[in-house]
Formats: sequence, C-alpha cells, structure tokens
Amino acid sequence: MDQFLEITVSVFLVVGGVFGLIGSFGLIKLNDPMSRLHGPTKASTLGLGGVLLASMLHSILAEHHVSFHEIMITLFVLLTAPITANFIAKVHIHRHETPKSLPDAGSDKLWATHDIVPDDRATDEA
Amino acid sequence: MTFLRRLLPHPYLTLLLTVTWLMLVNGWSLNSLVFGFLLGWLIPFVTRAYWPQQPRVRAPLKIIEYILVVFYDIVVANIEVARIVLFKSNANRTPAWVTIPLDLRTPEAITVLAGTITMTPGTVSADVSAEGHALLVHCLDAPNPEAVRDDIKTRYEARLKEIFE
Repeated sequence: MDQFLEITVSVFLVVGGVFGLIGSFGLIKLNDPMSRLHGPTKASTLGLGGVLLASMLHSILAEHHVSFHEIMITLFVLLTAPITANFIAKVHIHRHETPKSLPDAGSDKLWATHDIVPDDRATDEA
Repeated sequence: MTFLRRLLPHPYLTLLLTVTWLMLVNGWSLNSLVFGFLLGWLIPFVTRAYWPQQPRVRAPLKIIEYILVVFYDIVVANIEVARIVLFKSNANRTPAWVTIPLDLRTPEAITVLAGTITMTPGTVSADVSAEGHALLVHCLDAPNPEAVRDDIKTRYEARLKEIFE
C-alpha cells in the first residue's frame, strides 16, 4: 500500500513538473507576444494542479489529515490567472494594436482599451 | 428586512468569505469561525460601493455541471497547448483574433465567461467591447475561427445564461 501511494504521488509530481516545464518552454518557443500568453496561463495550470494533487493525496493518505490549503490555492490560481493574462493582453492592445488591426467590435465600434477620451490620448503620447 | 439588508449587503459573499477563512486556517474552532464571520461581514460592508446590486443565481445546481465541464476542458486544454508548443512549428501555427458577440448581459456572467475562455483550449480573452456587447479573444492556433466562436457560445455561454439570467 505504501509503495502504491508513493508511486501515485510521484506520478502526479512528475506530470505537474513536465507541464510546468512545457509551459515555460512555450514562453521561449512561441514567437509573438499574444501567443506567449497561452503558455503560462494553461500549461502551468495543470503543472500546478499536479503538484497540488500530489500534496493533497500525501496529506490524506500518509499523514491522515485533510488539508484545505490545496483547494484554496487552486481556487486562487483559477481566479487570478485570467486577470493577469487580461492585464498583459490589454497592455499589448494599448501599445501595439490599433482599432484597424483588431477584428470588428460589432455594434460598439471600439474595443474598451481603445475607447479612451481624446484628451487622455494626447497626454498619453506627450 | 431593509435594516438586515443594510447590515448584511451580500449574505452569500459573507458565507463564502467565512468558509474561505476557515479553510485558510485549515482547522475548526469557534475562534476562527467568529473571526471569519467578522471578516465576512466587514469586507462586503467596506466594499459595498463596488457591488451595487446583488448578483442573482437562477440555477445553482447547474454550477456543478459547469465546473465539471470546465475542469475537463482545462485538462484537455493543457494537453492540447503542450502538443502545439512541442510539436507544431511557428510557421504552421495560425494565431487569430476572434470576436465573440455576447448574449449575456450581467457583469458577473461575462466575467466568469472571460475567465473560462482564458483557462480553456488555446484561447485567451483579451478585451471587451466599449459597451460590453462582445468579447475579443486571441486563439493560439485557429485555422477556423468561426468554429472557435460557435464552440464557446454553445459550450459555455449557453450554460452561463441558464445559471445567471
């Protein structure tokens, strides 16, 4: 039983590590800023998930107590990762995209990042 | 009722924060329950200006289904992105911007949809349109952008519409 437990925990650790590594490798390999965002937002989620699952299994089966911290970490990562990605995407749109280089925003004409008061834009460029 | 509403502007948020505190403490005691409840009361009370109306949840049981679908998709997304990163050359990859017209109206539902899009297969939500009628999504590899749009609309947006609206 002990050996089985150790193997299971190790498998989750290795899976987590591999996905974390691939996520980081994606940062180097992908060749444009928006695509690079995909690496850390996704591959690292499962990377972290694997490590957290291993930690949870270990605390339940080896130390015989339930730990909620892993659930909290999962929750916080799921809440914060999209927001970080969104901030980086917004900076990219702000600095490198124009309303013409993005697809049509439908009935609203502009995307929110480009929808700024002309005065703000003037001081921004100055 | 109005007095209670003013004292506890967001009862569900209070409950959520109390449970969060208990899980952070990682144990059960009356002390931490009381302190957790104090925080759960104080935080919504101080930030109530940013939550003008109470988000309504129409179908709470559908949330469980939604979470399971999203978790499954996150695992698939990871494998998919790993495959693209490792085995697909940058020249063969077709990144694309996709516009998703929104049927959802409530800010909470749109926020959850945007977060879900970021966590799932090859897509990152980048921006919302000026009046909130469309989402701008970036795809890592989308030879067929229409398929991505239809997939998001049927898989996530339809479910969120049932939950929130």
